[in-house]
Amino acid sequence: MSRIDVLKTYKIFIGGKFPRTESGRYFHMKNAKGDLLANMCLSSRKDFRNAVVSARKAQENWANATALNRGQILYRIAEMLESRKSQFIQQLISTGSTKSAAKKEVALSIDRLIYYAGWSDKFQQIFSAVNPVSSSYFNFSILEPTGVVSIIASNENPLLGLISLLAPTIVGGNTCVILASATNPLVAISIAEVLNTSDVHAGVVNILTGDREELLPYFASHKDVNAIIYCGDNLKEIKEVEEITTENLKRVSIYRRKNWEEGESQSPYFIEKSQEIKTIWHPTEV
Amino acid sequence: MTLPDLSKTPKIDKVGVHERTNRFCTRSIKTSAKQMGLHLALSMIDLTTLEGRDTSEKVKQLCYKARHLDDSIQGLPNVAAVCVYPTLVGVAKKELIGSDIKVASVATAFPSGQSTLEVKLNDTRYAIAEGADEVDMVISRGKFLQGEYNFVFDEIAAVKQACGKAHLKVILETGELDTLDNVRKASDIAMHSGANFIKTSTGKISPAATMPVVFVMLNAIKDFYKETGIKIGMKPAGGISTAKKSLQYLVMLKETLGDEWMNKDLFRFGASSLANDILMQLKKQETGIYQSLDYFSKD
Amino acid sequence: MSKVDINKSWNYAAAPESTAHIQLKKKYDLFIGGDFVKPLSKKYFDTVNPANGEQIAKVAEANKQDVDRAVKAARKAFKSWPKLSVKERGKYIFRIARMMQERAREFAVIESLDGGKPIRESRDIDIPLAANHFFYYAGWSDKLEYAFPNRIPKPLGVAGQIIPWNFPLLMAAWKIAPALATGNTVVMKPAETTSLTALKLAELIQDSGLPKGVVNIITGAGETGAAIVKHPDVDKIAFTGSTEVGKLIEKSLAGIEKKTTLELGGKGANIIFEDAAIEQAVEGIVNAIFFNQGHVCCAGSRLFVQASVADVVIEKLKERISTLIIGDPLDKNTDIGAINSTEQLATIEKYIAIGKKEGADIYQPKSQLPKKGNWCPPTLFLNVSQSHTIVQEEIFGPVLTIQTFRTIDEVIEKANNTPFGLSAGVWTERGSKIFKLSQKLKAGVIWANTFNKFDPASPFGGYKESGIGREGGLHGLKPYLKLES
Repeated sequence: MSRIDVLKTYKIFIGGKFPRTESGRYFHMKNAKGDLLANMCLSSRKDFRNAVVSARKAQENWANATALNRGQILYRIAEMLESRKSQFIQQLISTGSTKSAAKKEVALSIDRLIYYAGWSDKFQQIFSAVNPVSSSYFNFSILEPTGVVSIIASNENPLLGLISLLAPTIVGGNTCVILASATNPLVAISIAEVLNTSDVHAGVVNILTGDREELLPYFASHKDVNAIIYCGDNLKEIKEVEEITTENLKRVSIYRRKNWEEGESQSPYFIEKSQEIKTIWHPTEV
Repeated sequence: MTLPDLSKTPKIDKVGVHERTNRFCTRSIKTSAKQMGLHLALSMIDLTTLEGRDTSEKVKQLCYKARHLDDSIQGLPNVAAVCVYPTLVGVAKKELIGSDIKVASVATAFPSGQSTLEVKLNDTRYAIAEGADEVDMVISRGKFLQGEYNFVFDEIAAVKQACGKAHLKVILETGELDTLDNVRKASDIAMHSGANFIKTSTGKISPAATMPVVFVMLNAIKDFYKETGIKIGMKPAGGISTAKKSLQYLVMLKETLGDEWMNKDLFRFGASSLANDILMQLKKQETGIYQSLDYFSKD
Repeated sequence: MSKVDINKSWNYAAAPESTAHIQLKKKYDLFIGGDFVKPLSKKYFDTVNPANGEQIAKVAEANKQDVDRAVKAARKAFKSWPKLSVKERGKYIFRIARMMQERAREFAVIESLDGGKPIRESRDIDIPLAANHFFYYAGWSDKLEYAFPNRIPKPLGVAGQIIPWNFPLLMAAWKIAPALATGNTVVMKPAETTSLTALKLAELIQDSGLPKGVVNIITGAGETGAAIVKHPDVDKIAFTGSTEVGKLIEKSLAGIEKKTTLELGGKGANIIFEDAAIEQAVEGIVNAIFFNQGHVCCAGSRLFVQASVADVVIEKLKERISTLIIGDPLDKNTDIGAINSTEQLATIEKYIAIGKKEGADIYQPKSQLPKKGNWCPPTLFLNVSQSHTIVQEEIFGPVLTIQTFRTIDEVIEKANNTPFGLSAGVWTERGSKIFKLSQKLKAGVIWANTFNKFDPASPFGGYKESGIGREGGLHGLKPYLKLES
């Protein structure tokens, strides 16, 4: 008799741990042939609430880590992902990707992590300024992370799309709560496992799986979230986000792209998007 | 003495202090130095129990432990003292008859210090009457942070008087003082007003003793000695639970105040679980085998 | 077990760092074209442990033909290295950084063995900074388009790099990392008294899979260096060393189109104001001049202390230096290690003699110096003035001159009154004083309320005769690029 596989339970990722959704609900995740891949957690608004608490708790320490430290942690995520390449390729294939497309997506994801790792201690140098004011003051402007960012990940490019938003957000000292792609949420939970073995502080990244329509209002309205990144092209959803976020004047980034492989899909400007600018004055005469 | 001129309190740079104390932690204490250091540390411990649920039985056990740290290891020194609440001083005193271990008592509405001077002095006098050799008082942190330094000074002086011949340790509760500059200021006030020892913490809040805070206090003691010729003692309390940490403190003590302070008359560790960790290290040095707490009595 | 007497003085027992795990060959060849090759010169020289004078290994001596071989290999590699995808280029350099972290302890032990610096410093400072330097520049490889507005950065070609003996591995990292990240290939010569960690780095580079010939490490002394400088197919020279040799190099290149960066000597002013955090300032003095036995180009070797606090500062300084432990570099408790070579020790002793002769007051704490090896205790010279030789010339040892000052203008003038301009320190708790002084001091690196702090992200380099160009940070990319519009 051939060996029975042990099927994996895909839980969500909050505060460095893998709890089940507090709602106990699920949805079926099927492969391209219609076979059941997993019972995914159908996350609730309370899961989101708990995730925001974790993200907020972790933010100050994460922002206070040295830029070098954050860069090395991102590099470590790349190392871990590289060592689990085949698992991710398999998972992408199971939801309809071709082998070569899956290989490409995984390779680009790893390289993108390294790309952003290298920006950790450099973006400040290109976006900050010493300002020559006309009075006896030393005046400088620096970037500071905005805080907690909620992210609606791309449905397409389930792995690369996720990494392309996660990496620039956290490398700059922010923490985040991510709603995974609906096409392949498994890959997002596998990424959570990779993060968990990469020295990323607990709570810096939180990942939920579930229904975009149900959760979007909470991702957009929560007043302890400082910014939102929405990836998609549903005009109704975009309008909803732009309206609801006015509640606490969240910083809003909308990316309508479907493809994170082409065009300018990585740059320090993605980091800059979730940074605030602080200007400081100090007298220079004694 | 009078209140020192606080406008002359030396400024402290926190980053510089942390770098200096980190450097002490890179000292490597091995073999004979480790053995001697551990013995020295043991001899400086004020074995402490300060819980609301303390009973005379608990204190009796503590005193027994103080006199019999580990009968299987030869040549161990005694701890310096046992530290308890005033109502248990009598019990401790009786248990320690015949040994050179002192009885220290907390007093002055420990740990908060939020009470009247009368209550605090009565507390002190009671402890002395029960036989306490040493009194660990708390300063009024609220008054200090309000800038009422004369109040703080006078209060310490009054308690010192109530102590009579008993020696007085003044707890600054550094975890509530916010800055290292304040720690220095409070240290100077305490020394000028009659403290025999300055002590970091009650052990009831976090952070308790830390190396940066103790470093600032050791420097205050050094400057006071240069100014007056009087040697004041230092007691870090709370948060020192490993032998390794205690050795780092001894390194810091040696390199700031020197050999003259390296004894229980001028340095104490306020600790409860430190003793067992030191014993485990000593046993490991003797046998080469890592130890388990199962083999050491927990009191 | 013998009875322990706690009434005796507590002293630190020997705490030697283990050398059992390190791997050292008896003989090292030249690293050219990705392989270790025998020198055409057929010559080898000894590298010696300055703490006891014992030979550690034999090292190849590269002659002109060897230099030519190395440059050819670098030129060949340059045909493909800059064409490699920039992100793959970066990944090679990240590999070097990570491997250096993995082998950190071995590097640290060999650094101390070969050069004399305390293991505590090589372990906690030199090696981590070196690894981080590679990590930092690895990240720039694919981001150069953002570094220079409106310019297209291109590599220069083959970089000839000559590094000193005071921070051997760290200087190798400072040179190689930015050169590689910007697409250049390298021929590097470590100092002849400290070649071993560079050679271990060569082995690591082999293991990293870096394409052959991109980095070439050839050992030798002054003549080897001169051959690199003069070689017509080297596009860029980067030199760290004495001002004297730096000037000779520049002179020899007059009329020749070869870019140079120079990181030369210094005579750093360390200024303590009355409103400084005095205790920390004293610690800062110690870090400024006794770190790495004072073998630091940016050492704070001229102390200026405001008159009103001079007595207190000097007293505390004397007390503090009496707790510094001079001894075996491989003992974890050593603060001051061996002087790198008998030549350097002779130089330092020469200056000490001059100082005494010129009437300065010398202070040295009582110290037990080991019998074998090169040693110099921490030394203070008081009652000196601007015209004393020891105040003007770089000693490069644990020797501090101490002057007092009364006003801000006075100290700025005195601090700047030198042909050097590498570093300065300002100690005050007043922010505006920090900004004022840092605007007026003519030095490439100014440390406020600290000293001798380095970071891969922070540009380092001097004004005036302390050098030209910067290493570290975004600005450290420029020396290895031509910027086309």
